[in-house]
Amino acid sequence: METIILQILNGLDKGSAYALIALGLTLIFGTLGVVNFAHGALFMLGAFCAVTLNKIFNLSFEAIDPTRTDFLGNPMVVNTPYVEAWFGPEMGHSIIDWSVPLSILFAIPIMAFIGVAMERGLIRYFYKRPHADQILVTFGLAIVLQEIVKAFYGANPIPMPAPEAFTGSFDFGRWIGFDAYAIMYPYWRLVYFGFAAVVIGAVFAFLRYTTFGMVVRAGMADRETVGLLGIDIDKRFVAMFAIASIVAGLAGVMYTPILSPNYHMGMDFLVLSFVVVVVGGMGSLEGAVAAGFLLGILQSFASMSQIIEFIPGINQVIIYLVAVVVLLTRPRGLMGRKGVMED
Amino acid sequence: MLGLNKADLRLFLIVIAMLVFAPILLNPFPDTSGMAQFNAGYPDLMQKLVIFGIFAIGFNILFGLTGYLSFGHAAFLGIGSYTGVWMMKLLTMNVIPALIASVVVAGAVSLLIGYVSLRRSGIYFSILTLAFAQMFYSLAYSVLTPITGGESGLSLSTDDPRIFGVQATDGGNIPVPTVFGLDMSHAVTLDFGAWSFTISTGYYFAAIIMALAFYLAVRIFRSPFGLMLRAVKSNQNRMNYTGLNPRPYTLAAFVISGMYAGLAGGLMVAMDPLAGAERMLWTASGEVVLMTILGGAGTLIGPILGAGLIKYLESIVSTINDSVVHGWFAPLPDWLENTLVTVLHPFIGKGWHLTLGLVFVLVVCFLPGGIVEGGKKLGNLFRRKRSNGDAPTPGTGSTTAEQPGE
Repeated sequence: METIILQILNGLDKGSAYALIALGLTLIFGTLGVVNFAHGALFMLGAFCAVTLNKIFNLSFEAIDPTRTDFLGNPMVVNTPYVEAWFGPEMGHSIIDWSVPLSILFAIPIMAFIGVAMERGLIRYFYKRPHADQILVTFGLAIVLQEIVKAFYGANPIPMPAPEAFTGSFDFGRWIGFDAYAIMYPYWRLVYFGFAAVVIGAVFAFLRYTTFGMVVRAGMADRETVGLLGIDIDKRFVAMFAIASIVAGLAGVMYTPILSPNYHMGMDFLVLSFVVVVVGGMGSLEGAVAAGFLLGILQSFASMSQIIEFIPGINQVIIYLVAVVVLLTRPRGLMGRKGVMED
Repeated sequence: MLGLNKADLRLFLIVIAMLVFAPILLNPFPDTSGMAQFNAGYPDLMQKLVIFGIFAIGFNILFGLTGYLSFGHAAFLGIGSYTGVWMMKLLTMNVIPALIASVVVAGAVSLLIGYVSLRRSGIYFSILTLAFAQMFYSLAYSVLTPITGGESGLSLSTDDPRIFGVQATDGGNIPVPTVFGLDMSHAVTLDFGAWSFTISTGYYFAAIIMALAFYLAVRIFRSPFGLMLRAVKSNQNRMNYTGLNPRPYTLAAFVISGMYAGLAGGLMVAMDPLAGAERMLWTASGEVVLMTILGGAGTLIGPILGAGLIKYLESIVSTINDSVVHGWFAPLPDWLENTLVTVLHPFIGKGWHLTLGLVFVLVVCFLPGGIVEGGKKLGNLFRRKRSNGDAPTPGTGSTTAEQPGE
């Protein structure tokens, strides 16, 4: 029982990332009808927003501290980050410590801008083109984005610490009545899951309870009719592209303490997220979220040593196997709508 | 002749001529000149051009004719490579059995994958093939390590059985791949003044295979079977209504293109008997898609041009470094020289993939028909100008443009 709960918990953080990326992919696909292979790159860019902000916070100046001396007896040169100088050492230190959560505020405008720039600058010319062309152009764009990041930040992963308050693990087992230390779970992963739940909830609430969201949903169902009612649906769809890119970016920002960001993390997650979207059902937001968590948890179960002993290598292929089985038995995916992508 | 019409025969002969004279054509600059770095006439690169040409020709039979966009063809290339190395480990260093086995095994695997994947079309098909390829890629790194050699790759050793060959040469080295006694890496350098041309066995062997592969592709394009595949692309529903089941045709196309990929993989190890899983990564699958698109999907010559251009650019661009660029712009004023170098810096050397991505985006945006279409447009432009001079009937050039490349 403990192992089962532990594996479910372990699957949640990866599942959250899949669900967030897949949600964005589905939003873009459902509104604009574009298959966006560059969505993983948006996830990666989000992660590098966090890296950038951390670098900015750590910008420091050198000052000679006359009260201290180094081992040669000379006055010591101390590097002080500007934030510590401006806000006082304690406040400054905690700002640096909390740089990952603070990056959320930093990433939202940047990701929105990148999303709009991508849509207006490139993708809008591809609405009328075949899906193959859309796949290819966004694939190329993904390569370009990832190579630009590589040129600026190098090819090595950049470790990003979680705030000190969230380092260490949380004794989940004792909390729900098992033995102590039976189920240990890192705090940050719990934070990530909570964060993902909030973001997903916000997107759904936005679509369901605002007039804007209503129009978007109407546009997803029947674009032409909404257009005939005199509503400029394109403008709202651009906004949805920006929202999707913010969601992917935030998923990346918060994932940095779990996985040190590197330039190809987007591609790694993209392939899996596509599988998630297809399993969930193209065009179904609920399906994307459900499939994201489902596949994350399945993957974590498949990584258990008992199961690997039984079927070697299953942890590597489980997601793809599930995708194959789902597509062959339920061609529309778990919650796919009729008439979406059925050419 | 050879069952080809006049235009196809001309195209075939052009391809053969290109293959035969490649060591000379690709070495237009004297060795001593500063332009020598743009020479491509050395065996390693020429073999690569030819091998990827074969890969792209095969991919084009699937993508160009049926319109099914597979994102997993690199898996077949990798499987072909592994099979090839195993044949050399078990049987003999002669590459012919290795190539045959590569083609057969890759064909069998593609039959399996194709049977499953082709039950869906459009984006689903792309994702399914991608999923399968990724599956093979991760398996090659983990469970299949005894067969694939895992991260270090699969290579030959002196302990291999090699039933019909020698385990080790007299010197105690690993034997090299041969074709009926001819050493694959054997090369002769011919010097003509400042120029030197390298003639190698490996390249000409690959070139012969490519000529055969191209001939087969032409025959497939012109056959009733090829016509069926085009019908699948243009309107599958209508094909269903006329009482034809498209699936056997698409499956056949998938298997044929998988076999081409296996052949390319086998040839790769015939040149250099080392197979690694990175060959199966999905970016490798993306690369062959790009080659086909860049050259012109659905045309005969396009994939060859595309593969050649990409691989040529790859090897040239990735060897250019900052000092080379400084050399180019040396006559300019210093500030301009430095600015230009800074601008170019991310695109050269290790930044080759950035250039590749940009080319990808630009081609898909502005030239969806690839080089062949671009050439046609240029040709039409000139023809129209000329016909405008003779008689005022613009537009006739485009309607009668049935080029041999089509």
